[in-house]
Amino acid sequence: MAETSPGRRARPQRPLSPHLQIYTPLINMVMSILHRLTGAALYLGTLLLAWWLIAAATGPDYFNYVSGLLGTWPGRLILLAYTWALLHHLLGGLRHFIWDFGYGHDLKTIDQLSWASILLSLALTAVIWGCVSSKMGGV
Amino acid sequence: MVMRTPLKTARNLGSAKEGADHFWKQRVSGVANAVLGLFFVWLVASLAGADYAAVKKSLSNPIHAMALLALIVSGTIHMRLGMQTIIEDYVRGEGAKIVLLMLNTFFAMAVALISIFAILKLSLGA
Repeated sequence: MAETSPGRRARPQRPLSPHLQIYTPLINMVMSILHRLTGAALYLGTLLLAWWLIAAATGPDYFNYVSGLLGTWPGRLILLAYTWALLHHLLGGLRHFIWDFGYGHDLKTIDQLSWASILLSLALTAVIWGCVSSKMGGV
Repeated sequence: MVMRTPLKTARNLGSAKEGADHFWKQRVSGVANAVLGLFFVWLVASLAGADYAAVKKSLSNPIHAMALLALIVSGTIHMRLGMQTIIEDYVRGEGAKIVLLMLNTFFAMAVALISIFAILKLSLGA
C-alpha cells in the first residue's frame, strides 16, 4: 500500500470493453433491444392516438380528413408498424413477467421465450390485419 | 481500533429513498396495459372502415370510454417511467438529463390531458 495512488500514473493501455458490433447477435439480446425500441416507438405513437381521439371529438369533417390520411399507404404502414410494436412490446412484457417471477432463467427457455415473442407478435399482427382487411372487403 | 462502520459516510447522502418504487409502478402499469392494450387493439380493429357516427357511438359508450381512460392513465405512467430509464441510460450531461426528464413528464402529461379531454368531450359533450 506504499505505492502512489494509481490515478496519478499514466493509464496503462488496456483493451477497451467490446461494444455492440463485436458481439454475435443472439436472439435474447435482439429481443431486449427491440423491447426498448418498440417502447420508444409506442411513446411517440401515443401522439397518433391523441390525434385520432381529438379528431373524433372535433367533428365529422376533421375526423374524415384524419381517417383519410391514415387510410393512405404510408398511413397504413404506420398503423401496421404500430400494431406490431404494441403486440411485440406486450409479449415482451409478459416474457419479463415470467422472468420476474423467477421462472425460465435457463438458457434454453430464454431462447425459446425470445423466439416466441417475435414469432407470436408477427403472427398476431398478420391475423389482426387479415381480419380487418377481410372485414373491409380486401385491401 | 475503529468501531465505526461505513454507514456514517452513507447517512444523509444516500439514496433517493424511492427503493423499488419505479420498478413496481412499471410492473403494475404494465399489467394494466397488457389487458387494456388488447382491448384497445380490438376496439380500433372493430372500428376500421366505420363511419364517423359509428366511431363516435363506440367511443362514447361508457364501458369503452372508461377502459380508454384507464388505458391512457396507465399507459402514460408506464411510458413516462420507460422513457425516464432510457434518458438516464444514454444522456451523459447532468443538465441535459434534467431538462429531458422534465420534458418527458410534460410530454406524458400533455398526451394524457389531450386524450382524456377528447374522450370526456365525446362522452359528455354536446
